Amino acid sequence: MAWAPTTDVSRWGWSMIEAIGLTKRYGAKTAVHNLSFQVRPGAVTGFLGPNGSGKSTTMRMILGLDQPTSGHVTIGGHPFRSLPNAPRQVGALLDAKAVHGGRSARNHLLSLAQLAGIPAARVDEVLGVVGLQDVARKRSKGFSLGMGQRLGIAAALLGDPQVLLFDEPVNGLDPEGILWVRNLMKMLASEGRTVFVSSHLMSEMALTADHLIVIGRGQLLSDMSVKDFISANSADFARVRVADGPAERREKLTASLTEAGGQVMSEPGGALRVTGLPLPRISDVAHEADVRLWELSPHQASLEEAYMRMTQGVVDYRSTADQKAGLQPPAAPHGYAQPGYEVPRQPETPQQNWYAPPPPGQNPYAAAPDRPAPAAPDLTKRETSEDPR
Amino acid sequence: MTTPTTPPTPSAPQQQPAPAPQAAPAGFYTSPIPVRRATLGDAIASEWTKIRSVRSTMWTLGVMIVLLLGIGLLAAVAVDSAGSDLGSTPVLSLGFFGVLLGSICVITLGVMTIASEYGTGMIRTTLTACPSRARVLSAKAIVFFLLTFVITTLMTALVGVLQTALIDSAAPSGDDWLRATVGVGLYTAALGLLSLAVGALIRHSAGAITIMIGVVLLPLVLAMFMFTDSLNDLRMALFEYSIPNQLSAFYSTSVADSGPSGWDPLWIMLGVSAVALLGAYTALDRRDV
Repeated sequence: MAWAPTTDVSRWGWSMIEAIGLTKRYGAKTAVHNLSFQVRPGAVTGFLGPNGSGKSTTMRMILGLDQPTSGHVTIGGHPFRSLPNAPRQVGALLDAKAVHGGRSARNHLLSLAQLAGIPAARVDEVLGVVGLQDVARKRSKGFSLGMGQRLGIAAALLGDPQVLLFDEPVNGLDPEGILWVRNLMKMLASEGRTVFVSSHLMSEMALTADHLIVIGRGQLLSDMSVKDFISANSADFARVRVADGPAERREKLTASLTEAGGQVMSEPGGALRVTGLPLPRISDVAHEADVRLWELSPHQASLEEAYMRMTQGVVDYRSTADQKAGLQPPAAPHGYAQPGYEVPRQPETPQQNWYAPPPPGQNPYAAAPDRPAPAAPDLTKRETSEDPR
Repeated sequence: MTTPTTPPTPSAPQQQPAPAPQAAPAGFYTSPIPVRRATLGDAIASEWTKIRSVRSTMWTLGVMIVLLLGIGLLAAVAVDSAGSDLGSTPVLSLGFFGVLLGSICVITLGVMTIASEYGTGMIRTTLTACPSRARVLSAKAIVFFLLTFVITTLMTALVGVLQTALIDSAAPSGDDWLRATVGVGLYTAALGLLSLAVGALIRHSAGAITIMIGVVLLPLVLAMFMFTDSLNDLRMALFEYSIPNQLSAFYSTSVADSGPSGWDPLWIMLGVSAVALLGAYTALDRRDV
């Protein structure tokens, strides 16, 4: 071998993705900033981030389609474009719609196989793997998004490569398809391949990935195993509900609990969220403070919530309320606004910082001040009921 | 939460933590499919599959064949039925109008060969399957050049045979035949290469086609409106080197007495196309896809 690999090839083989100080600027906008990470074989590595956080840009840089402004990324020690046999080492699904709609699925794959020097018989194999054999001769223009994803996955598998990149592979797939992709990723990884999957859905990654790389606004937020991510982020908390009565009782309990070393946050609906104290201790403190409790229950914040908290400061596209201002007809003088008809004023308005706090000193973004919690009310409804694996 | 370079100890997820260096390679996936290095030949086969498997190719080439044959025959029949004498005009030059209109189809196909990949996003898939930009561009150029050259040459030859059969006049010489068939074929294919290069540079089908039609027509149109004497030289140059006039040089019927003659237009067009292709390669190599 004439080239000199830069990574520890003896340990990680030819199939590790390594980014060092990867930066990409488009004019004044920095899409990716100083990103360093490694993706190792034998595991599914999830690549998480909100829309526009730089996931696809990073994927394109890995594949040599975009040139980094600074830094570099290698696969098995080589930049993609100088890999000795790129299509046989790396397969990628970037965009399900990146096919010529007028070409049949089979001809699309055949042209890619020929380009990579792969036997044509392999085309029919991968068509079977993704379940498109019946529509192989149909023009891909008529494909649904899910069928497009399957075609893209087929193209990625064509070279039977050691390294696989998938950009949002489950978009547009039906539940059966999502399950299939999930199992496919795990199987590919268990064969010793490097599998790098991007997604903006934490729930999906929690089920598929072994390792998580989280980015926001093009910067690395977290790089750890899913297990570590859960234990580091989804802190246990207790929900405490004080018996109805004067509000001082609640404040009194809050003060006592804080004194005892707990962290207390008010939840919408009047309950308290307590972290840092075991349940019996909370009960004791309440007893000493002479406050009656109606609820004292253990909860665990979900992975989804941990992810939301981590990225809440770095979401690029945040929706605002649809005001329809100026479009409404002037209110009738004795209109619908009778007392009995008053529209409920969103009792579950998320409050500032009511999430379980992160472990101290871990996440600089979680403390992003003065930002309204991005979560829509529906998240507040289900966050505790979700099983975080 | 930020451990950028040092990976966290593989506490949980790595199923194959590769405990010892010597044991590691066993855990890596190796494909049972024999690995063979792809070559330019593979890329040419791929481009041939691509170009033949879309309907727009069939439509464009079909229209071109109809134009070449139809207009060539129509001109011959018109001259024949009018019983007029061509005089010094060579018989084969009747094919000129068909070729001029057919070249619009060649331009369209040349642009579409690469710009459609940008339009659909297919170019990213292509360049992932073959990171060598030079190989992809060369394969496209070779396949497209050969395809248009073969079709144009065959059609012009067929039209020429029919014209000489229909019209009674001086038989063209061997050199006349060669220039009116192979020469025209090569020139049209080279014009197509220029379109392909422009398509690669512009990356937008409609824009590139418009530019190329402008390149073909604008010099003539501009020259027509240059009335001032001081612009005479420029006007003559625009006339002489306009693509329609270059094309007519293959039939020895240039509007101007000076300017390119014989095989000159082919060298000019090949040179221009080579420069444009070089530019396209440089752009493809440097630009983000």
